[in-house]
Amino acid sequence: MRVYINGESRDVQGTPSLAELITQLDLREARIAVELNREVVRRSEWSRVMLRDEDRIEIVHFVGGGSAAAPWWLATKRHKS
Amino acid sequence: MSTAVTATSNPESLIVAGRAFSSRLIIGTGKYRSYGEMRSAHEASGAEMVTVAVRRVPLDRSSESFLDHLNPALQILPNTAGCYTAEDAVRTARLAREALQTDLVKLEVIGDQTTLFPDNEQTLEAAVVLVKEGFVVLPYFTDDLIMAKKLLDAGCAAIMPLAAPIGSGLGVQNPANLRIMREQLPDATIIVDAGVGTASDAAIAMELGADGVLMNTAIAEAKDPAKMATAMKLAIEAGRLAYLAGRMSKRLYASASSPLQGVIK
Repeated sequence: MRVYINGESRDVQGTPSLAELITQLDLREARIAVELNREVVRRSEWSRVMLRDEDRIEIVHFVGGGSAAAPWWLATKRHKS
Repeated sequence: MSTAVTATSNPESLIVAGRAFSSRLIIGTGKYRSYGEMRSAHEASGAEMVTVAVRRVPLDRSSESFLDHLNPALQILPNTAGCYTAEDAVRTARLAREALQTDLVKLEVIGDQTTLFPDNEQTLEAAVVLVKEGFVVLPYFTDDLIMAKKLLDAGCAAIMPLAAPIGSGLGVQNPANLRIMREQLPDATIIVDAGVGTASDAAIAMELGADGVLMNTAIAEAKDPAKMATAMKLAIEAGRLAYLAGRMSKRLYASASSPLQGVIK
């Protein structure tokens, strides 16, 4: 099946849980957060949530920043003006 | 794991939602030339709270954690930088809370890419939602009294009016607005966010009655960030003292400081 992770299309074998997906992605950082179809999934729920075809997953971490700077990042609407 | 102490311990603390910080300076973590330079600047600034941005994890490489480069004693203030709608800001805040286990959020909804001015309408909309969800909301907004009142009515813990466009270094562009806000909202926690360029700008913000200043570029883009961080620390302290001391009133003409009688003829 196909899922979208941080806006990128990915083919996934079987029906892994969110926890399994994150293990496969080999993310080393402790402080990340995950959104599935625009809803935050708590870390304690990752192993119970099974992925489905066309799911949209956002995985975020923290970067240096003060204010604004980089353009908007989550995949939805574009700013109009 | 903040260095904050109880709110009653020191009347000169910066209070944010019942949490006290002995430094009135909050600083950013972006634009530094190296992690070492950032750490030195953070150390020199005396700041106890630093703001970080939320971004997608790169999937093509295993990335190191930026947070590991911060002093663990610092309170992390996640921000919604880069969001252009209330909805995206709310999503970002929720993700930050989940990852950091903090209810603090510097709410930022940008309205325009050239000026990076806030979209006040979207900011208020997001603030209402986030306060309901238990967040301690610190919104960045245009230095406008009416907007300030609306954000406070919505339950924001502090308000963060801009001094000038983000990263511009122009300093306080509308001192009258900050004075009016201070006078009309004596109980509000006002933290000037964005636009200071050098130490005197920070001092001016504090002299006008701000409770604190948040800055990033002024320190990060200085030739010597640690030195500028020290300057900012001193400026914030000096400005605060001057505000508490109560400045003399301005007059158009001279007023002699020495007695007029007894001058030799």
